[in-house]
Amino acid sequence: MFSNAKSTSFSDMTVTDTMKRLLLALLFITGASAAQARLEIEIVQGNAAQLPIAVVPFQWRAAGQPPITGVASVVSDDLYRSGLFAPMDEKDMVDRPVDAESIKFGTWRLLKTDYIVIGQVNDSPSGSGFDIVYQMFDVHTQERLLSQITSVGPGDLRFGAHRVADAIYEKLTGVPGAFATRIAYVSATGEGDSLQYELVVADADGFNPITVVGSPEPLLSPSWSPDGEKLAYVSFEQGNSAIYVQEVATGARELVSSGKGINGAPAFSPDGTKIALTLSRTGNPEIYVRDLRTNDTRQLTQHWAIDTEPTWSPDGRTIYFTSDRGGRPQIYQVPASGGTAERVTREGDYNARASVAPDGRSIAIANGRGNEYRIAVWELDHGRLRILTPGVLDESPSFAPNGSMILYATREGSRGVLSAVSADGNVRQRIILSEGDVREPAWSPVIR
Amino acid sequence: MKIALRLLLALAVAFAVSACRKDTQPVEDTTPTPVEDTTEDVTTSAAPDPRDYTDARNFDNPESLLSKRVVYFDFDKSEVKAEYRSIVAAHAAYIASSSSAQVTLEGHADERGTREYNLGLGERRGNSVNGLLSAGGARGGQLDVVSYGEERPICRVSDEDCWWKNRRVEIVYTAR
Repeated sequence: MFSNAKSTSFSDMTVTDTMKRLLLALLFITGASAAQARLEIEIVQGNAAQLPIAVVPFQWRAAGQPPITGVASVVSDDLYRSGLFAPMDEKDMVDRPVDAESIKFGTWRLLKTDYIVIGQVNDSPSGSGFDIVYQMFDVHTQERLLSQITSVGPGDLRFGAHRVADAIYEKLTGVPGAFATRIAYVSATGEGDSLQYELVVADADGFNPITVVGSPEPLLSPSWSPDGEKLAYVSFEQGNSAIYVQEVATGARELVSSGKGINGAPAFSPDGTKIALTLSRTGNPEIYVRDLRTNDTRQLTQHWAIDTEPTWSPDGRTIYFTSDRGGRPQIYQVPASGGTAERVTREGDYNARASVAPDGRSIAIANGRGNEYRIAVWELDHGRLRILTPGVLDESPSFAPNGSMILYATREGSRGVLSAVSADGNVRQRIILSEGDVREPAWSPVIR
Repeated sequence: MKIALRLLLALAVAFAVSACRKDTQPVEDTTPTPVEDTTEDVTTSAAPDPRDYTDARNFDNPESLLSKRVVYFDFDKSEVKAEYRSIVAAHAAYIASSSSAQVTLEGHADERGTREYNLGLGERRGNSVNGLLSAGGARGGQLDVVSYGEERPICRVSDEDCWWKNRRVEIVYTAR
């Protein structure tokens, strides 16, 4: 599922074959370097009450060698990074039960764990791939909380582990997990004339990074299609901003907009049939909606101000956007079918780039005060602003598809890094790439 | 030849160092020191009159406003400040005088605020300079505005010493 992605050259049809091959070779190399430059995730602030859980190493019953990092270990890492769990270290497990009958609950109670997960990995009966068979028990009541089989393709054992973590997370928190998802981000490496931009897609834990497109000119504003198969983004490869839509798996891409002025801020509608975008062909940036089937483009805003950064409500009826029509940038909303724009945020000097929570009840925004920019949540029901991050140059919030975390871009010194904060502000992760400047994160929808 | 190269290199280094030193002062000296016409024999190869904005040689003459091709802005603002108007006027005079001149106005913003909003801000700054150039006689077909937002900073440190250098419009001649 994640293994067959290809890179696309930034110069489509215009260069000679030799040049093309050279470029492809170069892109291949940069792709390889991205693969080494994996994101490292660490918790900088955890929840006060983390659930103790023991994920016992799963028994390997499939043919061939087990992977170096076992399924249980990937599950433990996922749960740990959520900030809500305290998984037991493998070294502290005195016992490694494989079936329910051999669990000595008294021992696990003494080890002060509340939940235990056991399992095994079998060859799939279909002949290709694996079946991960697992169960979870409450150590105190000895009740079986989960008993499931997760089937995955031959290259997708890690993905299967993320789905196991998703199921555990949902059972114990009541919220679906978002571990079996991906993130897109832009990295910039090198300096001056050798600066290279890459749009990268990686698993949500930073593994399996793939360079989707590379260019010596700026790339920004990646936005996922609702099926998680395509990315819309802005590229300056032609000298001016242009919007492309690209299939992540095949690299096939389409130029969506490259008119005079700004072609920016693409955002897929929740049903995937339309794209909201910013165009300044009238002389200043306005919000437009393009039907991807008919290419019919409708202008949604009409104002001398900067109107940009459109994003859709989950029901597809409302578009939130940034506008400085009131003097400074604030979030406004307009019916997606057209109508009057209304101001949404009413607190703070600078509120921009909304990301709508999956339940549609709040938006994450970049909130500026003086020279400090923080990620905040504006509660649409109550009209209340909650600041979530310490700043000082935080931007580009992107909600996880389960609403639990918000991924965003921040700076460490003169270098861009990614962070994630829980929607209640209690848990914070720092996501570091070994080199380069990372920005513009976008969390994918749930991958089915 | 080698000596000349070395000399050039030394000059370049000296210029780079001096460029680094001018730190907190964004306002370049815009009132040119009056040039006294005391030189005796003015031949055709002599230095051009720095105030003759129709003379393309002034692009490389540090005495002339034509050699200045960057306009700086206040934070989240796009009005061309008074101290840069004479520079823009000089370029307007040149462009009006040269029908072959083609100019791209590259608008930029500092890193504060969101990237897409800053694309809009860079364009608005480019449009401001565009408006002044047009008012000064440049024809619409000679001018083009491209915004890079905060994507192409001159300077990458997060403080005002750096930010002011990034809030700019570069007047780029693609043809003179």
